[in-house]
Amino acid sequence: MEIGVTCQERNLTLLLKGELDHHGAMGLINRAEREIEAALPLKLVLDFSGVSFMDSSGIALVMRCRQRMRELGGGLSLHHVPQQPRKVFEASGVARIVSME
Amino acid sequence: MKRTENYVKMEFLSRSSNEGFARIAAAGFAAQLDPTLDELGDIKTAVSEAVTNAIVHAYPDTLGRILLKLRITEGNTLELTVRDWGRGIDNIDQARQPLFTTGGAERSGMGFTIMESFMDKLHIKSAPGKGTTVVMRKRIAPRLTGGR
Repeated sequence: MEIGVTCQERNLTLLLKGELDHHGAMGLINRAEREIEAALPLKLVLDFSGVSFMDSSGIALVMRCRQRMRELGGGLSLHHVPQQPRKVFEASGVARIVSME
Repeated sequence: MKRTENYVKMEFLSRSSNEGFARIAAAGFAAQLDPTLDELGDIKTAVSEAVTNAIVHAYPDTLGRILLKLRITEGNTLELTVRDWGRGIDNIDQARQPLFTTGGAERSGMGFTIMESFMDKLHIKSAPGKGTTVVMRKRIAPRLTGGR
């Protein structure tokens, strides 16, 4: 998977591109954690507009980012989540604890 | 057992690069049932979870065989079977619990929960040391032509 990084005034946005399955997610959690450590953001946005498919591998990524942001006292939100990943977040209960815009 | 109207069987190696192939193949076969985009998404997600389980858990340190069987039965129903000859599951009830995983930080433990929620039926048969068979069924409601 490709990941695009933008950071402005301690708002970090990670733009995810590709298929977020076990294969595509390899190393992605580590990469996201490194970006969080470098930016120490107050707000993290995971932008799903470029995610063409997602299975439960995406849940592990979101839950790890949520935990890391809580430790930093910051917030997490998911932007532009297409219908298929949205259903996975809803079925797993993630949609109830992470804000989606 | 319901009458088979069509089927495909394919076997592949437990390489993670085959996850995408398996779900595209399943979606391609399912297309003849005229599913909605939403239903196609459900099928792809369920296949992805079952195949990933086989890759990650059945063959953690080796490469092994995975069989994917796609079957259409009477009543517009798609049956997906994912079989491996790997390590097997010690405790199926525990494995089905949401958030339970032996897969480490990169796995969420939500695979079976998602298969259950996206398909109508989920059946798991496993024997430690012998392998696991996951069978899922989903009925695709017939649509009026000219619909979505």
